[in-house]
Amino acid sequence: MTDRNDAPSRRSLLSMIGVVAGSAAMYHAMTELGFAGESTFTGPPKLGAPPPGTSVLVLGAGIAGMVAAMELRDAGYKVQVLEYNGRAGGRNWSLYGGDTYTELGGFTQKVGFDPGQYINPGPWRLPYHHQGILHYVNRLNVALEPFTQVNYNAYVHSTTAFGGKPVRYREVQADFYGHVSELLSKSTKQGALDQAVSKQDQEILLAALKNWGALDGDYKYATGLEAGERRGYVKDPGGGLNSMPIAGKAIALPELLQSGLWTAIGAGLAYDMQSAIFQPKGGMGMIGKAFGKALEPLIQYSCKVVDIHQDEKGVTATYIDSEKGGTRKTATADWCVCTIPASVLSQIPMNVGAPMKAAINQLPYMAATKVGLQMKRRFWEEDDQIYGGQSYTDQPNTMIGYPMWDYFSKGKGVLLGAYNFGTPAFIAAAKPPEERIKDALEYGSKIHPQYKDEFECGVAVAWHRVPWTLGCAGFWTEESRAAHYDDLCAIDGRIVLAGEHASRIPAWQEGAVTSAVDAITRLHKKVMS
Amino acid sequence: MKRFAIAALLTTLAAAPALADSAGPAPKPAARGAAAISGFMAHFPFEGGQAVYEGVCQGCHMPGAVGAVGAGAYPALAKDENLETGAYPVLLILKGQKAMPGFSMQLDDKQIADVVNYVRTHFGNHYSDKVSVDDVKAMR
Ligand SMILES: Cc1cc2nc3c(=O)[nH]c(=O)nc-3n(C[C@H](O)[C@H](O)[C@H](O)COP(=O)(O)OP(=O)(O)OC[C@H]3O[C@@H](n4cnc5c(N)ncnc54)[C@H](O)[C@@H]3O)c2cc1C
Ligand code: HEC
Repeated sequence: MTDRNDAPSRRSLLSMIGVVAGSAAMYHAMTELGFAGESTFTGPPKLGAPPPGTSVLVLGAGIAGMVAAMELRDAGYKVQVLEYNGRAGGRNWSLYGGDTYTELGGFTQKVGFDPGQYINPGPWRLPYHHQGILHYVNRLNVALEPFTQVNYNAYVHSTTAFGGKPVRYREVQADFYGHVSELLSKSTKQGALDQAVSKQDQEILLAALKNWGALDGDYKYATGLEAGERRGYVKDPGGGLNSMPIAGKAIALPELLQSGLWTAIGAGLAYDMQSAIFQPKGGMGMIGKAFGKALEPLIQYSCKVVDIHQDEKGVTATYIDSEKGGTRKTATADWCVCTIPASVLSQIPMNVGAPMKAAINQLPYMAATKVGLQMKRRFWEEDDQIYGGQSYTDQPNTMIGYPMWDYFSKGKGVLLGAYNFGTPAFIAAAKPPEERIKDALEYGSKIHPQYKDEFECGVAVAWHRVPWTLGCAGFWTEESRAAHYDDLCAIDGRIVLAGEHASRIPAWQEGAVTSAVDAITRLHKKVMS
Repeated sequence: MKRFAIAALLTTLAAAPALADSAGPAPKPAARGAAAISGFMAHFPFEGGQAVYEGVCQGCHMPGAVGAVGAGAYPALAKDENLETGAYPVLLILKGQKAMPGFSMQLDDKQIADVVNYVRTHFGNHYSDKVSVDDVKAMR
């Protein structure tokens, strides 16, 4: 790329912007590839009554298992659910003060948070178009509140830019839009776009660029009050005397491009990240709890399924007590909806055909870590005027999430001190929980020096160490989907799989819901045929 | 090689934005220090078999390579007769198997050879024949 010391030529600048534009396009393409995003949910399934006495065994009481159980029960099936944990919800889970969590390897954490404080180690947001999960949230009367995805006053931070000092999101976004629209205006006026844009449309384009980038009358992104209306001021306008605003100085384009901070300003662009987004009041785990209560007599907890066998007559699951082990027991039904994550299921003997086996066995699970940090006071609100949303950093914690409830309360607050995937999450998983917390404190204090004085206690969840998922979510690629996805979803004899992993909305609860609805709809059809 | 790695990275990243918030790490060849390991598919910064084991493998196989059991399990690599053939762990690390992801993009040939040689001679394993960097390269 450009030499850091030389002012980049216009041509190299444009090619860099090409990289930026390209990365947005690439991101878009990736989004398309990885998951369609759009939910297929058009309402709960209308199954109709099965032959009297028809039974279904549901394995796993996560969102997928409980959607399946609830709809099958409502349709008139005899339903039994076996769940490894002593609670309902699976990855739908919140950790509160007083909770104890033991990860694989026996590392036990006692959550020291105050009453009312919590962290969502897994899912934390519900986009408005995830109408499937929102349907069940409403049906179960779980209260929602807004989730802030983009906070313009939060920070973006790079260890190698601006002397490691964090910059406000709004400044980076305003300056990036401003510089790019100035460049494009210049190109337009110099005739560089004559081939692509008609003379008449060029006038409109110029007006749009001026508007989009907050340019001045000369189509310049100048340091001035126009820019201040977007990026904020050094001193805000006020009332009475001495009320004149003072505009800040825009970050120069080369510095801005080289900082890499422009990567952070796409935070709310993706379809899944667009407002409105919601979170359950009191923690994401409220959904799982409410589901569990609604299905009370059907779910049998602390049952570790160790074998799944089908024959012409039905399906038998063999299970042992999750904690105590001991005697093997069995549960039998005519049909089975298995929502055990593929990572775990790959280790359970199950007589299905080779295509489904191969599909289960080829799906690795992603690494992810979250760290919750309780602070004595809400300094991000009191000192930095940050109310909810996230700050982004190029350090391994990748972000700091601010609590999106109890704003302005005088008391404590729990920050999401780290939320990462891939390499930094693998590295975090290899450390004991205390060290993950220590790291998160170290990284976070580069952005909020207040950490050092205000930290009280924390909890760290590395998803590869979670005993009942062995990872965050199924890690599909375009190739693996083409080769195996249909085989994973197809009914094999009396067994159908469901869950986040059997969806094209991976790592979202909407995937678990739509997968369950689709699986039981097909299963019911088979029962009736 | 570079080009392949990047192309592969793009396809494998596909699932990440479902949770990640930004378009991913900036194309900053000069990422240094802590930032160098923040990327989804960033190279693991560990040198030597023990460092790779403790920095990556023990996340699942646990300190002391004793493995762990919950609803699912991670096998112990201690006193593991399956390690007799050096090619077996190399293949697993490159391609993955069931719940073990492949690490071909995040570990280089030397790191893989080193960690395989380390595991095969520690934790009660005594397989002294060495896997070479070229052996790993040939299996990619
Ligand atoms: C870090 C992270 C962030 C996420 N962010 C979001 C988000 O913001 N929004 C969103 O909507 N989604 C998010 N998700 C994804 C969401 O959590 C999942 O897609 C969804 O919860 C999966 O539901 P499921 O029913 O398919 O699987 P699970 O919830 O995993 O349910 C499977 C159940 O099977 C049980 N089980 C496993 N093995 C056995 C066994 N041998 N015997 C009996 N039972 C067994 C498990 O205990 C579990 O209860 C996130 C996930 C993670 C990890
Ligand atoms: C994300 C978790 C995870 C990580 C990290 C991981 N493994 Fe594994 N590993 C597994 C699982 C799960 C299996 C069992 C695979 C199966 O069911 O066939 C396994 C199996 C193995 C086996 C085969 C054991 C046997 O007896 O057959 C070897 C060898 C191995 N891993 C080595 C390593 C090494 C070396 C590393 C570090 C570079 C590593 N693993 C990192 C999860 C992991």
